[in-house]
Amino acid sequence: MRKAELVIIGGGPAGMAAAVSARQNGIENIVILERDHVLGGILNQCIHNGFGLHTFQEELTGPEYADRYEQKVKELEIEYQLETMVTDISEGTDQKASDLLPGVRCIHVSAVNRTYGFFQIETKAVILAMGCRERPRGALNIPGYRPAGIYSAGTAQRLINVMGYMPGKRVVILGSGDIGLIMARRMTLEGAKVLAVAELMPYSGGLKRNIVQCLEDYDIPLLLSHTVVNIRGKERVEGITLAKVDEKGRPLPGTQIEYECDTLLLSCGLLPENELSKTAGVALQQITGGPAVNDRLETSIPGMFACGNVLHVHDLVDYVSEEASLAGKYAACYIQKAKEEPVEDGTKAKERAAEDGTEAKEEPAKDGTELEAAVTDDTELQIQPENGVRYTVPCSISPDKMADQVVVRFRVGGVYQDRYISVYLGEQRLLHAKRRILTPGKMEQVILKKSFFQSVKPDEAIRIDLEEE
Amino acid sequence: MAEQLENHGKSVEEKRELTCIGCPLGCPLTVELSGGTPVRVMGNTCKKGEEYAIKEVTNPERILTSIVRVTGGSGAVISVKTTAGVPKGCIPQCMKEIHACTVKAPVRIGDILIKNIAGTSADVAATRAME
Repeated sequence: MRKAELVIIGGGPAGMAAAVSARQNGIENIVILERDHVLGGILNQCIHNGFGLHTFQEELTGPEYADRYEQKVKELEIEYQLETMVTDISEGTDQKASDLLPGVRCIHVSAVNRTYGFFQIETKAVILAMGCRERPRGALNIPGYRPAGIYSAGTAQRLINVMGYMPGKRVVILGSGDIGLIMARRMTLEGAKVLAVAELMPYSGGLKRNIVQCLEDYDIPLLLSHTVVNIRGKERVEGITLAKVDEKGRPLPGTQIEYECDTLLLSCGLLPENELSKTAGVALQQITGGPAVNDRLETSIPGMFACGNVLHVHDLVDYVSEEASLAGKYAACYIQKAKEEPVEDGTKAKERAAEDGTEAKEEPAKDGTELEAAVTDDTELQIQPENGVRYTVPCSISPDKMADQVVVRFRVGGVYQDRYISVYLGEQRLLHAKRRILTPGKMEQVILKKSFFQSVKPDEAIRIDLEEE
Repeated sequence: MAEQLENHGKSVEEKRELTCIGCPLGCPLTVELSGGTPVRVMGNTCKKGEEYAIKEVTNPERILTSIVRVTGGSGAVISVKTTAGVPKGCIPQCMKEIHACTVKAPVRIGDILIKNIAGTSADVAATRAME
Protein backbone atom coordinates (compact mmCIF):
# COMPACT_ATOMS: atom_id res chain seq x y z
CA MET A 1 0.00 0.00 0.00
CA ARG A 2 1.16 3.48 -0.83
CA LYS A 3 2.18 5.58 2.18
CA ALA A 4 1.90 9.29 2.88
CA GLU A 5 2.19 11.52 5.89
CA LEU A 6 -0.78 13.66 4.97
CA VAL A 7 -3.66 13.15 2.54
CA ILE A 8 -5.85 16.14 1.73
CA ILE A 9 -9.28 15.42 0.33
CA GLY A 10 -10.29 18.18 -2.05
CA GLY A 11 -8.15 20.58 -4.09
CA GLY A 12 -10.28 23.71 -3.75
CA PRO A 13 -9.29 26.80 -1.79
CA ALA A 14 -9.32 24.94 1.54
CA GLY A 15 -7.35 21.92 0.34
CA MET A 16 -4.70 24.00 -1.43
CA ALA A 17 -4.18 26.41 1.50
CA ALA A 18 -3.97 23.47 3.93
CA ALA A 19 -1.40 21.72 1.73
CA VAL A 20 0.76 24.83 1.37
CA SER A 21 0.69 25.43 5.11
CA ALA A 22 1.49 21.80 5.98
CA ARG A 23 4.48 21.86 3.60
CA GLN A 24 5.68 25.16 5.07
CA ASN A 25 5.45 23.51 8.47
CA GLY A 26 7.78 20.73 7.43
CA ILE A 27 5.62 17.93 6.04
CA GLU A 28 7.21 16.35 2.97
CA ASN A 29 4.94 13.55 1.89
CA ILE A 30 1.61 15.23 1.08
CA VAL A 31 -0.99 14.16 -1.51
CA ILE A 32 -4.02 16.21 -2.55
CA LEU A 33 -6.85 14.15 -4.05
CA GLU A 34 -9.20 16.18 -6.28
CA ARG A 35 -12.35 15.01 -8.05
CA ASP A 36 -12.34 17.63 -10.85
CA HIS A 37 -9.83 17.79 -13.75
CA VAL A 38 -8.33 21.03 -12.37
CA LEU A 39 -7.45 22.42 -8.95
CA GLY A 40 -9.40 25.40 -7.60
CA GLY A 41 -12.78 23.87 -6.79
CA ILE A 42 -15.78 26.17 -6.90
CA LEU A 43 -13.58 29.25 -7.46
CA ASN A 44 -13.23 28.23 -11.12
CA GLN A 45 -16.85 29.11 -11.78
CA CYS A 46 -16.96 32.19 -9.51
CA ILE A 47 -15.71 34.56 -12.19
CA HIS A 48 -16.93 37.71 -10.36
CA ASN A 49 -14.54 39.85 -8.38
CA GLY A 50 -14.33 40.56 -4.66
CA PHE A 51 -12.04 37.70 -3.59
CA GLY A 52 -8.78 38.18 -1.75
CA LEU A 53 -9.21 41.58 -0.09
CA HIS A 54 -8.00 40.13 3.22
CA THR A 55 -5.50 37.58 1.91
CA PHE A 56 -3.80 39.53 -0.88
CA GLN A 57 -5.02 43.10 -0.18
CA GLU A 58 -6.41 43.29 -3.69
CA GLU A 59 -9.67 42.42 -5.36
CA LEU A 60 -9.38 39.28 -7.46
CA THR A 61 -11.85 37.11 -9.36
CA GLY A 62 -12.38 33.51 -8.24
CA PRO A 63 -10.14 31.91 -10.91
CA GLU A 64 -7.34 34.40 -10.14
CA TYR A 65 -7.57 33.67 -6.41
CA ALA A 66 -7.41 29.93 -7.12
CA ASP A 67 -4.44 30.46 -9.42
CA ARG A 68 -2.43 32.18 -6.67
CA TYR A 69 -2.73 29.07 -4.51
CA GLU A 70 -2.26 26.68 -7.41
CA GLN A 71 1.07 28.38 -8.19
CA LYS A 72 2.11 27.94 -4.55
CA VAL A 73 1.18 24.26 -4.65
CA LYS A 74 3.31 23.85 -7.78
CA GLU A 75 6.25 25.88 -6.48
CA LEU A 76 6.32 23.74 -3.34
CA GLU A 77 6.08 20.61 -5.51
CA ILE A 78 3.13 19.27 -3.60
CA GLU A 79 1.72 16.17 -5.26
CA TYR A 80 -1.89 16.24 -6.43
CA GLN A 81 -4.03 13.66 -8.19
CA LEU A 82 -6.79 15.05 -10.38
CA GLU A 83 -9.97 13.28 -11.53
CA THR A 84 -9.63 11.17 -8.43
CA MET A 85 -12.63 10.21 -6.36
CA VAL A 86 -12.11 9.26 -2.74
CA THR A 87 -14.49 6.44 -1.88
CA ASP A 88 -13.65 5.71 1.73
CA ILE A 89 -11.67 6.89 4.73
CA SER A 90 -11.18 4.53 7.63
CA GLU A 91 -8.93 4.16 10.60
CA GLY A 92 -6.04 1.83 9.86
CA THR A 93 -5.90 -1.53 11.59
CA ASP A 94 -2.88 -3.20 10.06
CA GLN A 95 -0.17 -1.70 12.24
CA LYS A 96 2.42 -4.23 11.03
CA ALA A 97 2.19 -2.88 7.51
CA SER A 98 3.05 0.58 8.73
CA ASP A 99 6.82 0.86 8.21
CA LEU A 100 6.67 4.58 7.69
CA LEU A 101 5.04 5.24 11.00
CA PRO A 102 5.79 2.37 13.31
CA GLY A 103 3.72 1.96 16.40
CA VAL A 104 1.32 4.77 15.77
CA ARG A 105 -2.17 4.87 14.38
CA CYS A 106 -2.79 5.39 10.70
CA ILE A 107 -5.67 6.20 8.40
CA HIS A 108 -6.50 4.39 5.16
CA VAL A 109 -7.82 6.45 2.26
CA SER A 110 -9.39 4.54 -0.64
CA ALA A 111 -9.73 6.26 -4.00
CA VAL A 112 -10.27 5.56 -7.66
CA ASN A 113 -8.97 7.22 -10.83
CA ARG A 114 -8.19 6.33 -14.44
CA THR A 115 -4.44 5.95 -13.95
CA TYR A 116 -4.31 3.66 -10.93
CA GLY A 117 -7.83 2.26 -10.89
CA PHE A 118 -8.73 1.54 -7.28
CA PHE A 119 -5.93 2.33 -4.84
CA GLN A 120 -5.34 2.92 -1.16
CA ILE A 121 -3.03 5.25 0.72
CA GLU A 122 -1.95 4.66 4.29
CA THR A 123 -1.45 8.00 5.95
CA LYS A 124 -0.71 9.49 9.32
CA ALA A 125 -3.20 12.32 8.98
CA VAL A 126 -6.08 13.44 6.77
CA ILE A 127 -7.46 16.90 6.14
CA LEU A 128 -11.08 16.95 5.05
CA ALA A 129 -11.57 19.76 2.53
CA MET A 130 -14.45 18.52 0.38
CA GLY A 131 -16.46 21.73 0.41
CA CYS A 132 -20.23 21.86 0.21
CA ARG A 133 -23.16 21.23 -2.11
CA GLU A 134 -26.30 23.17 -2.92
CA ARG A 135 -29.61 22.28 -1.35
CA PRO A 136 -31.52 20.60 -4.20
CA ARG A 137 -35.16 21.00 -5.22
CA GLY A 138 -35.99 17.69 -3.58
CA ALA A 139 -35.17 19.20 -0.20
CA LEU A 140 -37.38 22.25 -0.71
CA ASN A 141 -40.92 20.87 -1.02
CA ILE A 142 -41.82 22.91 -4.08
CA PRO A 143 -45.05 21.71 -5.64
CA GLY A 144 -45.58 21.42 -9.36
CA TYR A 145 -44.31 19.36 -12.27
CA ARG A 146 -40.71 18.32 -12.82
CA PRO A 147 -39.92 19.86 -16.20
CA ALA A 148 -36.55 20.81 -17.64
CA GLY A 149 -35.37 24.30 -16.77
CA ILE A 150 -34.97 24.01 -13.00
CA TYR A 151 -31.36 24.42 -11.92
CA SER A 152 -29.51 25.11 -8.72
CA ALA A 153 -27.85 28.52 -9.05
CA GLY A 154 -24.38 26.96 -8.90
CA THR A 155 -25.20 24.56 -11.73
CA ALA A 156 -26.33 27.48 -13.90
CA GLN A 157 -23.14 29.30 -12.90
CA ARG A 158 -21.02 26.40 -14.09
CA LEU A 159 -22.99 26.01 -17.34
CA ILE A 160 -22.56 29.68 -18.21
CA ASN A 161 -19.11 30.55 -16.86
CA VAL A 162 -17.17 27.34 -17.48
CA MET A 163 -19.02 25.49 -20.24
CA GLY A 164 -20.42 28.47 -22.16
CA TYR A 165 -24.07 27.33 -22.26
CA MET A 166 -27.01 29.60 -21.51
CA PRO A 167 -29.62 27.68 -19.49
CA GLY A 168 -32.60 29.97 -20.24
CA LYS A 169 -34.00 33.29 -21.39
CA ARG A 170 -36.61 34.32 -18.81
CA VAL A 171 -35.66 33.52 -15.28
CA VAL A 172 -37.11 33.51 -11.76
CA ILE A 173 -34.73 32.91 -8.87
CA LEU A 174 -35.79 31.40 -5.54
CA GLY A 175 -33.50 32.25 -2.65
CA SER A 176 -31.45 35.39 -2.17
CA GLY A 177 -28.19 33.79 -1.11
CA ASP A 178 -25.08 35.26 -2.69
CA ILE A 179 -24.93 32.74 -5.53
CA GLY A 180 -28.52 33.54 -6.51
CA LEU A 181 -27.80 37.28 -6.49
CA ILE A 182 -24.60 36.87 -8.49
CA MET A 183 -26.43 34.71 -11.02
CA ALA A 184 -29.22 37.28 -11.40
CA ARG A 185 -26.56 39.71 -12.64
CA ARG A 186 -24.68 37.15 -14.73
CA MET A 187 -27.77 35.98 -16.58
CA THR A 188 -28.86 39.58 -17.17
CA LEU A 189 -25.45 40.47 -18.61
CA GLU A 190 -25.61 37.42 -20.86
CA GLY A 191 -28.92 38.57 -22.28
CA ALA A 192 -31.55 36.83 -20.15
CA LYS A 193 -34.43 38.62 -18.45
CA VAL A 194 -34.44 37.99 -14.70
CA LEU A 195 -38.01 38.67 -13.61
CA ALA A 196 -37.66 38.42 -9.82
CA VAL A 197 -35.69 37.05 -6.93
CA ALA A 198 -37.97 35.57 -4.25
CA GLU A 199 -36.83 35.04 -0.66
CA LEU A 200 -38.79 33.02 1.88
CA MET A 201 -37.34 34.90 4.85
CA PRO A 202 -38.15 38.55 5.61
CA TYR A 203 -34.44 39.37 5.04
CA SER A 204 -31.88 38.39 2.44
CA GLY A 205 -29.15 35.92 3.24
CA GLY A 206 -26.84 37.66 0.78
CA LEU A 207 -24.28 40.41 1.27
CA LYS A 208 -25.56 44.00 0.96
CA ARG A 209 -23.01 44.68 -1.74
CA ASN A 210 -24.51 41.93 -3.88
CA ILE A 211 -28.09 43.13 -3.37
CA VAL A 212 -27.10 46.59 -4.60
CA GLN A 213 -24.67 45.64 -7.37
CA CYS A 214 -26.47 42.55 -8.68
CA LEU A 215 -30.15 43.46 -8.26
CA GLU A 216 -30.58 47.22 -7.85
CA ASP A 217 -28.07 48.03 -10.60
CA TYR A 218 -30.22 46.03 -13.02
CA ASP A 219 -33.67 46.86 -11.59
CA ILE A 220 -34.36 43.25 -10.61
CA PRO A 221 -37.05 43.10 -7.90
CA LEU A 222 -36.28 41.30 -4.62
CA LEU A 223 -39.48 39.91 -3.11
CA LEU A 224 -38.93 39.17 0.59
CA SER A 225 -41.28 36.75 2.39
CA HIS A 226 -42.20 35.14 -0.92
CA THR A 227 -41.85 31.60 -2.20
CA VAL A 228 -42.62 29.43 -5.21
CA VAL A 229 -46.05 27.80 -4.88
CA ASN A 230 -46.32 26.31 -8.36
CA ILE A 231 -44.17 25.37 -11.32
CA ARG A 232 -46.03 25.14 -14.62
CA GLY A 233 -44.97 23.25 -17.74
CA LYS A 234 -44.56 19.53 -18.41
CA GLU A 235 -41.54 19.22 -20.71
CA ARG A 236 -40.02 22.64 -20.03
CA VAL A 237 -40.77 25.27 -17.38
CA GLU A 238 -43.51 27.54 -18.74
CA GLY A 239 -44.26 29.62 -15.71
CA ILE A 240 -43.76 30.07 -11.99
CA THR A 241 -46.25 31.18 -9.37
CA LEU A 242 -44.93 33.09 -6.38
CA ALA A 243 -46.91 33.92 -3.26
CA LYS A 244 -46.33 35.93 -0.13
CA VAL A 245 -45.84 33.91 3.06
CA ASP A 246 -46.78 34.58 6.68
CA GLU A 247 -44.27 34.62 9.53
CA LYS A 248 -44.33 30.81 9.63
CA GLY A 249 -43.52 30.53 5.95
CA ARG A 250 -47.06 29.51 4.92
CA PRO A 251 -48.28 30.92 1.58
CA LEU A 252 -51.04 33.53 1.96
CA PRO A 253 -54.10 33.02 -0.27
CA GLY A 254 -54.76 35.76 -2.79
CA THR A 255 -51.14 36.93 -3.01
CA GLN A 256 -50.10 34.86 -6.02
CA ILE A 257 -48.04 36.45 -8.76
CA GLU A 258 -47.69 34.64 -12.09
CA TYR A 259 -44.52 34.80 -14.16
CA GLU A 260 -44.11 33.50 -17.71
CA CYS A 261 -40.60 32.07 -17.73
CA ASP A 262 -38.53 29.13 -18.93
CA THR A 263 -36.07 28.82 -16.06
CA LEU A 264 -36.12 28.60 -12.27
CA LEU A 265 -32.85 28.93 -10.35
CA LEU A 266 -32.63 27.71 -6.76
CA SER A 267 -30.27 29.42 -4.34
CA CYS A 268 -31.54 28.03 -1.08
CA GLY A 269 -28.54 27.25 1.03
CA LEU A 270 -25.42 25.13 1.04
CA LEU A 271 -24.78 21.85 2.81
CA PRO A 272 -21.31 20.66 3.82
CA GLU A 273 -20.49 17.48 1.93
CA ASN A 274 -19.70 14.96 4.65
CA GLU A 275 -20.62 11.53 3.31
CA LEU A 276 -16.98 10.44 3.59
CA SER A 277 -16.63 11.88 7.08
CA LYS A 278 -19.79 10.10 8.23
CA THR A 279 -18.61 6.74 6.91
CA ALA A 280 -15.30 7.28 8.67
CA GLY A 281 -17.17 7.79 11.94
CA VAL A 282 -16.44 11.51 12.38
CA ALA A 283 -18.90 13.16 14.78
CA LEU A 284 -20.88 15.91 13.04
CA GLN A 285 -22.44 19.08 14.43
CA GLN A 286 -26.17 19.01 13.82
CA ILE A 287 -26.59 22.67 12.91
CA THR A 288 -23.64 23.10 10.54
CA GLY A 289 -23.72 19.58 9.12
CA GLY A 290 -19.93 19.71 9.41
CA PRO A 291 -17.54 17.87 11.73
CA ALA A 292 -17.37 18.93 15.37
CA VAL A 293 -13.79 20.16 15.79
CA ASN A 294 -11.59 21.39 18.64
CA ASP A 295 -9.34 24.47 18.55
CA ARG A 296 -6.78 22.52 16.46
CA LEU A 297 -9.55 21.89 13.88
CA GLU A 298 -9.24 18.20 14.67
CA THR A 299 -12.37 16.07 14.40
CA SER A 300 -13.50 13.38 16.83
CA ILE A 301 -11.03 11.03 15.10
CA PRO A 302 -7.42 11.85 16.05
CA GLY A 303 -5.35 12.79 13.02
CA MET A 304 -8.38 13.79 10.98
CA PHE A 305 -8.74 17.53 10.50
CA ALA A 306 -11.33 19.64 8.66
CA CYS A 307 -11.42 23.09 7.11
CA GLY A 308 -13.35 25.22 4.64
CA ASN A 309 -16.95 24.70 3.62
CA VAL A 310 -16.97 21.03 4.60
CA LEU A 311 -16.63 22.28 8.17
CA HIS A 312 -19.16 25.13 7.99
CA VAL A 313 -20.29 27.35 5.12
CA HIS A 314 -18.16 30.49 4.89
CA ASP A 315 -19.11 33.76 3.22
CA LEU A 316 -15.57 34.82 2.29
CA VAL A 317 -12.92 32.60 0.73
CA ASP A 318 -10.30 34.61 2.61
CA TYR A 319 -11.57 33.09 5.85
CA VAL A 320 -11.47 29.63 4.26
CA SER A 321 -7.80 30.11 3.39
CA GLU A 322 -7.01 31.35 6.88
CA GLU A 323 -8.80 28.44 8.53
CA ALA A 324 -7.25 25.92 6.12
CA SER A 325 -3.75 27.24 6.80
CA LEU A 326 -4.36 26.57 10.47
CA ALA A 327 -5.63 23.06 9.72
CA GLY A 328 -2.44 22.44 7.70
CA LYS A 329 -0.31 23.68 10.55
CA TYR A 330 -2.08 21.62 13.20
CA ALA A 331 -1.97 18.51 11.03
CA ALA A 332 1.80 19.11 10.64
CA CYS A 333 2.17 19.43 14.43
CA TYR A 334 0.22 16.21 14.89
CA ILE A 335 2.40 14.33 12.40
CA GLN A 336 5.63 15.67 13.87
CA LYS A 337 4.56 14.92 17.41
CA ALA A 338 3.76 11.37 16.38
CA LYS A 339 7.23 11.08 14.82
CA GLU A 340 9.06 12.52 17.81
CA GLU A 341 7.06 10.81 20.49
CA PRO A 342 5.82 7.54 19.14
CA VAL A 343 3.42 5.98 21.54
CA GLU A 344 6.23 3.62 22.45
CA ASP A 345 9.27 2.24 20.69
CA GLY A 346 8.26 1.29 17.19
CA THR A 347 9.51 -2.27 17.23
CA LYS A 348 7.93 -2.98 20.58
CA ALA A 349 4.62 -1.57 19.47
CA LYS A 350 4.73 -3.76 16.41
CA GLU A 351 5.49 -6.83 18.48
CA ARG A 352 2.75 -5.96 20.89
CA ALA A 353 0.30 -5.40 18.08
CA ALA A 354 1.33 -8.69 16.57
CA GLU A 355 0.95 -10.47 19.91
CA ASP A 356 -2.42 -9.35 21.06
CA GLY A 357 -3.78 -7.99 17.80
CA THR A 358 -4.68 -4.70 19.41
CA GLU A 359 -3.51 -1.22 18.63
CA ALA A 360 -0.73 0.47 20.58
CA LYS A 361 -1.61 1.84 23.99
CA GLU A 362 -3.21 5.23 24.50
CA GLU A 363 -5.06 4.78 21.29
CA PRO A 364 -8.29 6.67 21.73
CA ALA A 365 -10.95 4.03 21.43
CA LYS A 366 -13.68 4.15 18.86
CA ASP A 367 -16.14 3.51 21.64
CA GLY A 368 -17.85 6.76 22.67
CA THR A 369 -17.42 6.49 26.45
CA GLU A 370 -13.70 5.94 26.38
CA LEU A 371 -13.25 8.74 23.91
CA GLU A 372 -15.06 11.08 26.24
CA ALA A 373 -12.85 9.99 29.12
CA ALA A 374 -9.75 10.71 27.07
CA VAL A 375 -11.06 14.17 26.27
CA THR A 376 -11.71 14.96 29.92
CA ASP A 377 -8.13 14.03 30.77
CA ASP A 378 -6.94 16.76 28.45
CA THR A 379 -9.56 19.22 29.76
CA GLU A 380 -11.40 20.16 26.64
CA LEU A 381 -13.72 23.06 27.36
CA GLN A 382 -16.95 22.84 25.37
CA ILE A 383 -18.23 26.04 23.79
CA GLN A 384 -21.99 26.41 24.16
CA PRO A 385 -23.78 28.67 21.69
CA GLU A 386 -26.82 30.35 23.27
CA ASN A 387 -29.42 33.06 22.81
CA GLY A 388 -29.18 33.82 19.10
CA VAL A 389 -25.78 32.22 18.46
CA ARG A 390 -26.54 29.13 16.37
CA TYR A 391 -23.23 27.28 16.49
CA THR A 392 -19.52 27.83 16.92
CA VAL A 393 -16.44 26.50 15.13
CA PRO A 394 -14.45 25.21 16.94
CA CYS A 395 -16.90 23.69 19.42
CA SER A 396 -14.29 23.03 22.09
CA ILE A 397 -10.90 24.34 23.13
CA SER A 398 -8.11 22.88 25.19
CA PRO A 399 -6.61 25.46 27.59
CA ASP A 400 -3.31 23.54 27.59
CA LYS A 401 -2.86 22.88 23.91
CA MET A 402 -4.49 25.96 22.45
CA ALA A 403 -2.50 28.64 20.62
CA ASP A 404 -2.14 32.04 22.27
CA GLN A 405 -5.25 33.12 20.41
CA VAL A 406 -8.07 31.09 18.92
CA VAL A 407 -10.59 32.58 16.49
CA VAL A 408 -14.07 31.26 17.18
CA ARG A 409 -16.45 31.77 14.26
CA PHE A 410 -20.21 31.54 14.38
CA ARG A 411 -23.47 32.61 12.80
CA VAL A 412 -26.54 34.11 14.42
CA GLY A 413 -30.11 32.89 13.88
CA GLY A 414 -31.82 36.16 12.93
CA VAL A 415 -31.28 39.86 12.28
CA TYR A 416 -30.27 41.68 15.49
CA GLN A 417 -29.44 45.36 15.94
CA ASP A 418 -27.31 46.86 18.70
CA ARG A 419 -26.42 43.66 20.53
CA TYR A 420 -23.40 42.58 22.50
CA ILE A 421 -21.57 39.35 21.82
CA SER A 422 -20.65 38.01 25.24
CA VAL A 423 -18.32 35.18 26.16
CA TYR A 424 -18.54 33.57 29.60
CA LEU A 425 -16.43 31.01 31.42
CA GLY A 426 -18.75 29.73 34.12
CA GLU A 427 -20.12 32.95 35.63
CA GLN A 428 -17.13 35.06 34.65
CA ARG A 429 -17.58 37.29 31.59
CA LEU A 430 -14.50 37.18 29.38
CA LEU A 431 -15.60 39.32 26.46
CA HIS A 432 -18.37 41.81 25.75
CA ALA A 433 -18.28 43.32 22.27
CA LYS A 434 -20.91 45.55 20.71
CA ARG A 435 -22.18 45.00 17.17
CA ARG A 436 -24.37 47.50 15.33
CA ILE A 437 -25.96 44.70 13.37
CA LEU A 438 -25.80 40.92 13.21
CA THR A 439 -27.34 38.96 10.35
CA PRO A 440 -27.41 35.24 9.50
CA GLY A 441 -25.69 35.98 6.20
CA LYS A 442 -22.54 37.27 7.82
CA MET A 443 -20.16 35.08 9.77
CA GLU A 444 -19.10 36.61 13.10
CA GLN A 445 -16.03 35.92 15.17
CA VAL A 446 -14.54 36.38 18.63
CA ILE A 447 -10.94 35.85 19.65
CA LEU A 448 -10.31 33.75 22.74
CA LYS A 449 -6.94 34.19 24.40
CA LYS A 450 -5.05 31.44 26.15
CA SER A 451 -4.61 33.77 29.13
CA PHE A 452 -8.39 33.64 29.74
CA PHE A 453 -8.14 30.02 30.75
CA GLN A 454 -5.24 29.82 33.17
CA SER A 455 -7.28 28.41 36.02
CA VAL A 456 -10.18 26.33 34.82
CA LYS A 457 -12.25 23.79 36.62
CA PRO A 458 -12.65 20.63 34.56
CA ASP A 459 -16.45 20.82 34.43
CA GLU A 460 -16.60 24.44 33.31
CA ALA A 461 -17.90 25.41 29.89
CA ILE A 462 -17.54 28.44 27.67
CA ARG A 463 -20.78 30.16 26.71
CA ILE A 464 -21.18 32.54 23.77
CA ASP A 465 -24.41 34.50 23.52
CA LEU A 466 -26.03 37.74 22.40
CA GLU A 467 -27.12 40.28 25.00
CA GLU A 468 -29.05 43.54 24.77
CA GLU A 469 -26.72 45.31 27.15
CA MET B 1 -15.18 64.21 2.44
CA ALA B 2 -16.49 67.34 4.18
CA GLU B 3 -14.75 69.56 1.64
CA GLN B 4 -16.70 67.88 -1.13
CA LEU B 5 -19.90 69.01 0.43
CA GLU B 6 -19.06 72.70 0.67
CA ASN B 7 -21.96 73.40 -1.66
CA HIS B 8 -24.23 72.80 1.29
CA GLY B 9 -26.99 75.42 1.26
CA LYS B 10 -27.36 75.58 -2.52
CA SER B 11 -30.83 74.91 -3.81
CA VAL B 12 -31.58 71.23 -4.04
CA GLU B 13 -32.63 70.23 -7.54
CA GLU B 14 -32.58 66.47 -7.30
CA LYS B 15 -32.73 63.74 -4.68
CA ARG B 16 -31.31 60.25 -5.13
CA GLU B 17 -32.12 57.23 -2.95
CA LEU B 18 -29.36 54.67 -2.42
CA THR B 19 -28.58 51.72 -0.18
CA CYS B 20 -25.16 51.84 1.44
CA ILE B 21 -22.99 48.78 0.81
CA GLY B 22 -20.36 49.59 3.44
CA CYS B 23 -21.65 46.98 5.90
CA PRO B 24 -24.66 44.69 6.48
CA LEU B 25 -26.56 47.55 8.13
CA GLY B 26 -27.39 48.79 4.60
CA CYS B 27 -28.40 52.33 5.60
CA PRO B 28 -30.96 53.91 3.26
CA LEU B 29 -29.17 56.99 1.93
CA THR B 30 -30.66 60.12 0.43
CA VAL B 31 -28.35 62.34 -1.59
CA GLU B 32 -29.38 65.87 -2.44
CA LEU B 33 -27.90 67.18 -5.67
CA SER B 34 -27.56 70.63 -7.11
CA GLY B 35 -26.43 70.97 -10.70
CA GLY B 36 -25.41 67.32 -10.67
CA THR B 37 -23.14 67.67 -7.64
CA PRO B 38 -24.00 66.25 -4.24
CA VAL B 39 -24.71 68.89 -1.61
CA ARG B 40 -25.96 66.73 1.22
CA VAL B 41 -26.00 63.05 2.23
CA MET B 42 -28.63 61.89 4.71
CA GLY B 43 -29.44 58.60 6.32
CA ASN B 44 -25.85 57.42 6.68
CA THR B 45 -24.63 56.43 10.13
CA CYS B 46 -20.92 56.59 9.44
CA LYS B 47 -18.31 58.23 7.23
CA LYS B 48 -18.22 55.29 4.82
CA GLY B 49 -21.85 55.94 3.89
CA GLU B 50 -21.17 59.51 2.88
CA GLU B 51 -18.12 58.56 0.80
CA TYR B 52 -20.03 55.81 -0.94
CA ALA B 53 -23.00 58.07 -1.69
CA ILE B 54 -20.83 60.80 -3.23
CA LYS B 55 -18.92 58.33 -5.43
CA GLU B 56 -22.14 56.63 -6.43
CA VAL B 57 -23.94 59.81 -7.60
CA THR B 58 -20.93 61.45 -9.24
CA ASN B 59 -19.11 58.60 -10.95
CA PRO B 60 -20.45 55.09 -10.29
CA GLU B 61 -18.04 52.50 -11.64
CA ARG B 62 -18.02 48.71 -11.64
CA ILE B 63 -15.43 46.09 -12.44
CA LEU B 64 -17.17 44.04 -15.14
CA THR B 65 -16.58 40.30 -15.27
CA SER B 66 -17.78 37.94 -17.98
CA ILE B 67 -16.62 35.26 -20.40
CA VAL B 68 -15.10 35.33 -23.88
CA ARG B 69 -15.39 32.54 -26.48
CA VAL B 70 -12.22 30.55 -27.15
CA THR B 71 -11.36 28.45 -30.20
CA GLY B 72 -8.88 25.60 -30.19
CA GLY B 73 -8.72 25.41 -26.41
CA SER B 74 -9.51 22.80 -23.79
CA GLY B 75 -12.74 24.67 -23.01
CA ALA B 76 -15.31 26.76 -24.88
CA VAL B 77 -15.02 29.97 -22.86
CA ILE B 78 -12.56 31.82 -20.70
CA SER B 79 -13.33 34.14 -17.78
CA VAL B 80 -12.36 37.82 -18.13
CA LYS B 81 -12.54 41.09 -16.20
CA THR B 82 -12.08 44.77 -16.93
CA THR B 83 -8.70 45.94 -15.66
CA ALA B 84 -10.35 48.99 -14.07
CA GLY B 85 -13.85 50.08 -13.12
CA VAL B 86 -16.03 51.04 -16.06
CA PRO B 87 -18.83 53.63 -15.76
CA LYS B 88 -22.10 51.91 -14.96
CA GLY B 89 -23.76 53.38 -18.05
CA CYS B 90 -21.14 51.80 -20.33
CA ILE B 91 -21.81 48.23 -19.18
CA PRO B 92 -24.26 47.32 -22.00
CA GLN B 93 -21.80 48.55 -24.67
CA CYS B 94 -18.94 46.67 -22.94
CA MET B 95 -21.01 43.48 -22.98
CA LYS B 96 -21.67 43.89 -26.72
CA GLU B 97 -17.93 44.06 -27.39
CA ILE B 98 -17.24 41.12 -25.08
CA HIS B 99 -19.91 39.01 -26.83
CA ALA B 100 -18.43 39.89 -30.25
CA CYS B 101 -14.94 38.80 -29.19
CA THR B 102 -13.46 35.36 -29.87
CA VAL B 103 -9.87 34.49 -28.98
CA LYS B 104 -7.55 31.64 -29.93
CA ALA B 105 -6.03 29.35 -27.31
CA PRO B 106 -3.59 29.27 -25.62
CA VAL B 107 -4.46 32.13 -23.30
CA ARG B 108 -2.46 33.05 -20.24
CA ILE B 109 -3.86 34.60 -17.10
CA GLY B 110 -3.61 38.39 -17.41
CA ASP B 111 -3.52 38.43 -21.25
CA ILE B 112 -5.27 41.53 -22.61
CA LEU B 113 -8.03 40.29 -24.90
CA ILE B 114 -9.79 43.61 -25.66
CA LYS B 115 -8.08 46.98 -25.46
CA ASN B 116 -9.86 50.17 -24.39
CA ILE B 117 -13.28 48.55 -24.18
CA ALA B 118 -16.17 50.82 -25.23
CA GLY B 119 -13.75 53.74 -25.10
CA THR B 120 -13.57 53.53 -21.32
CA SER B 121 -9.73 53.24 -21.31
CA ALA B 122 -10.12 49.99 -19.34
CA ASP B 123 -8.91 46.77 -20.97
CA VAL B 124 -10.38 43.29 -20.76
CA ALA B 125 -7.98 40.70 -19.33
CA ALA B 126 -8.20 36.93 -19.03
CA THR B 127 -8.64 35.77 -15.41
CA ARG B 128 -7.59 32.21 -16.06
CA ALA B 129 -5.27 30.31 -18.35
CA MET B 130 -6.30 27.89 -21.07
CA GLU B 131 -4.19 25.56 -23.16
